Amino acid sequence: MILFDHVTKVYPTQQRPALDDVSLEIEKGEFVFLVGPSGSGKSTFLRLVLREERPTKGQVWVLGKDLNRLSNWKIPMLRRQIGTVFQDFRLLPNKTVAENVAFALEVIGKPSSHIKKVVPEVLEVVGLEGKENRRPDELSGGEQQRVAIARAFVNRPMMLIADEPTGNLDPGTSVGIMKLLDRINRLGTTVVMSTHDAQIVDQMRRRVIELEGGHVVRDQTRGVYGYAR
Amino acid sequence: MRATFVASEVGNGLRRNLTMTLAVIITVAVSLALFGASLLVRAQVSTMKDFWYDKVEVSIFLCSKGSDTPSCAGGAVTAAQRDQIKADLESLRPLVDEIYYESKAEAYERFVEQFKNSPIVDNVTEKSLPESFRVKLADPTKYDVVASAFAGRPGIEQVNDQRQVLDKFFQLLGGLQAIALLIAGVMLVVTVLLIVNTMRVAAFSRRRETSIMRLVGASNFYIQLPFLLEAAFAAAIGALLAIGSLILMKVVIIDGVLAPSFQFTAFVGWDAVAAIAPVMLITGIALAGLAAFFTLRKYLRV
Repeated sequence: MILFDHVTKVYPTQQRPALDDVSLEIEKGEFVFLVGPSGSGKSTFLRLVLREERPTKGQVWVLGKDLNRLSNWKIPMLRRQIGTVFQDFRLLPNKTVAENVAFALEVIGKPSSHIKKVVPEVLEVVGLEGKENRRPDELSGGEQQRVAIARAFVNRPMMLIADEPTGNLDPGTSVGIMKLLDRINRLGTTVVMSTHDAQIVDQMRRRVIELEGGHVVRDQTRGVYGYAR
Repeated sequence: MRATFVASEVGNGLRRNLTMTLAVIITVAVSLALFGASLLVRAQVSTMKDFWYDKVEVSIFLCSKGSDTPSCAGGAVTAAQRDQIKADLESLRPLVDEIYYESKAEAYERFVEQFKNSPIVDNVTEKSLPESFRVKLADPTKYDVVASAFAGRPGIEQVNDQRQVLDKFFQLLGGLQAIALLIAGVMLVVTVLLIVNTMRVAAFSRRRETSIMRLVGASNFYIQLPFLLEAAFAAAIGALLAIGSLILMKVVIIDGVLAPSFQFTAFVGWDAVAAIAPVMLITGIALAGLAAFFTLRKYLRV
């Protein structure tokens, strides 16, 4: 699903590499936590997977494709198979819940008959039935994140990338979001999630990859957030 | 491709950015109107050239009694000189197309006809007008050949090319056209810069939408298309306004003022306007489209 082969990423304005000779593999259907302090390289890792950045050295394989050799015009096709969720939700404030989800399908040219069918389905999966016509500012943070997850999942992607999805949410709400991500994972989608939330990682007992200063310092199946805690 | 979705995006974009859209429409209209006007002047010059070059002649005026040029030192032209000139002109065929001799009497007749409403007729007598050969050239630009062969010969007072007079006039029109074209060029540059800036603002004000589009895997084409269509749409409106003003120029200035006052010459017809209008439309849309395309490549990268 994801294969990093001796990947180094140095940003042009910086001396120290954001990722330094990282090699790891994530299999289909896994649920992986990416942990580590700020600046440890989590976001760079995710940006490399989404091909928002190119590695300085090494190879990144995603969904069977060598991203170094993927031509620019094929990038959208790659991203259609990867759902993305962010800490700040990234919803369109002037569109309703249903319109926000539909937007993701409209812009990749899906027919409106298909959109009319799948949008209510996915809103039911994330538990937002009955709130289709609300706008984002009428929703709680947890609900907004559910809309973002619905938008990421509506295409039934092979993989879901979540960059600190619970970073803006209180612990109770976070549990709900984690249950939802777990459910999506059980439906067959690989989930890669970066987080600072030790409690969540400890509860879920899934694979944990810890980054520090651009190096993988720990890769544990059924791990916890950190030894020191 | 979902046409209704793209259309609604274009409509939203234009409305949200209304002042900039209006600015683009106006500059496109003004610059294209100038561009069209300069093309119209060029068409006018070529119409007049066609019209006049068919009519212009080289006039070889022969010496009369009172002529004071050096070549007329021997007094009025003799019959032998006249026959020699005629024979020499005939030998210049096919460069020379038509040769026509105008006697003093015919010259007077024509003069009276031309100036019949003017008191000047009373001061002119048949004798004061020179006899002449009127020569029509197959190629009016070859005037020099005739001039060098006949100017200064005994019995010839003057060789006159009507075309030279016209050329001064055409140069004036050509100068006007060049100025109009220059201003149009500067205005088109301003238009391009304005479109570049408008696209930058539009891309910035919709960065949230475009970043989401990128994330969910919308193609570059799909992301840029609404912006391109907005630019092309504004340019098309501007071009249509410019074409409208061109038609107004033709109706009001040419047909309304110039044609009735200068009936002796030809003016551009509607065919010229019909030929220029699509050039204006295509220039406007292509310019806006290209400006938008290159701006967006920079600001909406994958």
